[in-house]
Amino acid sequence: MEAQEAKSHSEQISHGTYVLVWLALIVLTCITVAASGINLAAFTIVVTLLIALTKASLVVNIFMHIKFEDKIFKVFLGIAGFTLFVIFSLTFADVFFRR
Amino acid sequence: MSQIVEPASSDVIHGHEAHVHKDNQGAKIGMWLFLLTELLLFAGLFLLYSAYRYFHSDAFHRAGLDMHTLFGTLNTIVLLTSSLTMALSIAAIQRGKKWLSITFLSSTILLGLSFLTVKYFEWSSEIAKGIYPGSAKLLDRSNGEILFFGLYYTMTGLHGLHVIAGMIVLIFMLVFIVRDKITKDDYIKLENAGLYWHLVDIIWIFLFPLFYLIN
Amino acid sequence: MADIAVTPEHLGHSYLENTGKRKGIAAWIFSTDHKRIGILYLISLFTFFSVGVILGILMRLEMLQPGGKLFNAQDYNALFTLHGVIMIFLFVIPGIPATLGNFFLPIQIGAKDVAFPRLNLLSWWLYVTGAIVILLSLFQHGLPDTGWTFYVPYSIRTGTDVTMAVFGVFILGFSSILTGLNFITTIHRMRAPGMTFFKMPLFVWALYATAWVQVIATPVLAITLLLIIIERVFSVGIFDPSKGGDPVLYQHLFWIYSHPAVYIMILPPMGAVSEIITTFSHRTVFGYKAIAMSSLAIAFIGYLVWGHHMFVGGISETAQFVFSLLTFLVAVPSGIKVFNWVATMYKGSIDLQPPFLYVMAFIFLFSIGGLTGLVLGSLATDVHVTATYFVVGHFHYIIFGGGVFIFFGALHYWLPKMFGRMYNKKVANWALAILFIGFNMLYFPMLVMGYEGMPRRYFTYLPQFETWQRISVVGSWILVAGLIIMLTNLIRGVFKGEKVGNNPWGGTTLEWTTSSPPPPENFEEIPVVTHEPYYHPEAAN
Repeated sequence: MEAQEAKSHSEQISHGTYVLVWLALIVLTCITVAASGINLAAFTIVVTLLIALTKASLVVNIFMHIKFEDKIFKVFLGIAGFTLFVIFSLTFADVFFRR
Repeated sequence: MSQIVEPASSDVIHGHEAHVHKDNQGAKIGMWLFLLTELLLFAGLFLLYSAYRYFHSDAFHRAGLDMHTLFGTLNTIVLLTSSLTMALSIAAIQRGKKWLSITFLSSTILLGLSFLTVKYFEWSSEIAKGIYPGSAKLLDRSNGEILFFGLYYTMTGLHGLHVIAGMIVLIFMLVFIVRDKITKDDYIKLENAGLYWHLVDIIWIFLFPLFYLIN
Repeated sequence: MADIAVTPEHLGHSYLENTGKRKGIAAWIFSTDHKRIGILYLISLFTFFSVGVILGILMRLEMLQPGGKLFNAQDYNALFTLHGVIMIFLFVIPGIPATLGNFFLPIQIGAKDVAFPRLNLLSWWLYVTGAIVILLSLFQHGLPDTGWTFYVPYSIRTGTDVTMAVFGVFILGFSSILTGLNFITTIHRMRAPGMTFFKMPLFVWALYATAWVQVIATPVLAITLLLIIIERVFSVGIFDPSKGGDPVLYQHLFWIYSHPAVYIMILPPMGAVSEIITTFSHRTVFGYKAIAMSSLAIAFIGYLVWGHHMFVGGISETAQFVFSLLTFLVAVPSGIKVFNWVATMYKGSIDLQPPFLYVMAFIFLFSIGGLTGLVLGSLATDVHVTATYFVVGHFHYIIFGGGVFIFFGALHYWLPKMFGRMYNKKVANWALAILFIGFNMLYFPMLVMGYEGMPRRYFTYLPQFETWQRISVVGSWILVAGLIIMLTNLIRGVFKGEKVGNNPWGGTTLEWTTSSPPPPENFEEIPVVTHEPYYHPEAAN
């Protein structure tokens, strides 16, 4: 409840950092477009999703300041992530094994 | 929307204290919880997408040939850039640079508009090809392809609605900054609006490869 | 409502008196006071509950004789659909959290209000809007006839007004999400000094777990319902099998929400049970942390078991096996709660007041519900009784006998605090006895008929079921008589009941330290919490 705490820690992030992150995001976009042209069979989707996850984590950590926030926000994200994992894996317990 | 972005901070503690105490951390917690609900909302669609892609992987690839990778890539860059200007707008207000913040925020809104414009041309082109829900041409194609385009229109459409909602919120924020309702010492509304905008960006980060890079 | 004149014991104002510039009903429906919002919810919920009860009674009446003398098949379909939609989405899901939770959560943690009071008011307005939209579907041509689950492909193809009903439920989802979001933030940010997480009352713990389920699960329902609307209105191919869609995936999405929703319905009552048992045993609760954690565990495990609603729906054998196994895990945290409740009563000086008697009824009815749940949770037996009256009996024992009986019990527990007046206890006990008899007469025959093969949702039946059906119909009349007596007694208590002090039951949580009814800001000054909840210095523990 302290006023200091409410002042977000994100103030320390410089404009330069934001621009660098943006550059990284653009580069990753180019990579993923380029990679989609190459036929890596089943790996294509894995590579694509890994790149998307990297991009998302850059946005969450830097643009959305999660890296600099209190632990509770990370716990919240963890709960959501775990929920997604449960929903997908249990649904696929059905989808994968349909006859 | 604006109800969520601006939590009733002055009501939070309507106590006897002389100064109104704002709980910015609480407002941010509320916003993040709201973002989680948005995430789960789209998760349902991603779940459908992955199951249908598993059932009809060949048809999904065939359908992917009709997608405009160029439009998709362009929109990805537009939206990523809008996220940058959004973050910079908050950084500017944190440093007390009101007009710089306004400039960046306006750019964000304009980039959002560009995103929608590109989307408009993209959809028009698909519709011109006869690919739209319920069209005879689409119904002639295989089940997997019908599902692919059903999901394509649903997911990008819902995402587009979120972009529009985000832009409306950002326009409110712009007015607040101009009128000094958002300042160096009190910018939680802008920060929460920014969080929402970034979430919309993240959803696009996943939509893009799943629909545009599948050929 | 605005005219209730209640004089609080002390000199300060009570929340029931209008202090702002608004007068009359506007002072209520635009109030951001969590206590007034709680009461708004209470009135709205019981209004729709009455509608649901009337629909239920009509359904039973149809069963007085075989052959559908009263309604034809189509009307009967509409009856069970609306009964389900109203009872589930307008009554039990908002249930205790929106009413008593809104009222008591801030008080129990020593706060002046919830974290976002205006959002709280908005969620009541959304509730009312959603309810009106659902009721509007009543006046369209063709009442919705899909059942409350809106299963595809029927819900996509039927000519009845499903879109309207589904849209109403969609709006209600928002209301539920906002309440959950508000409660989580309140619990994280608004606790009084010294009120650590492990000093919170167990009712608050239960609401916390519930709020998470509301926030995490409801969006999945929202998108599922939205897809029905999109598919109906824009003929997009998503679930429709003729366009390649897979209806089983709809069922997955629907139950990903709707099974956790069962825990939205039952966790808050369990929290209230913990409060009531400790208060009337005059003893510190046994296994405080175990009960608190079991609420979180139930919320979590409740998320893993949705597939047991789909055993015969065409899911893979692997999934059947996994979901059946996981289903049995729910028994562990539920068992932890029950054992700790019993241990709390052990050597306590038990005071058999009406709220405690409701808890006793709950334990009996909930046990029947739980045990019949075992039959449905195991694959082999489920196949025989699925989609029969057995299922109907089972979930009424859980949701009505479990959840709603405690809703009533909790009202009897907290009413003196909310209004500073006491209902007639003798009448309350009689009402409970009648309710209990009526309830068992209504639903126990359903278990028997279901076991013998009576399918659910049929507007008529074979002659062999006539005796049981008639017992059940008579039971429904007794149940309604009990409901009328109970509600009349409560309402009379609110207006004309005997005035009581601040702590008629000897409760130890914070709400009993403030006046009855509480002042607008709950406490004269924010309390400082120094010891655990349920602290009874005089009792030998």
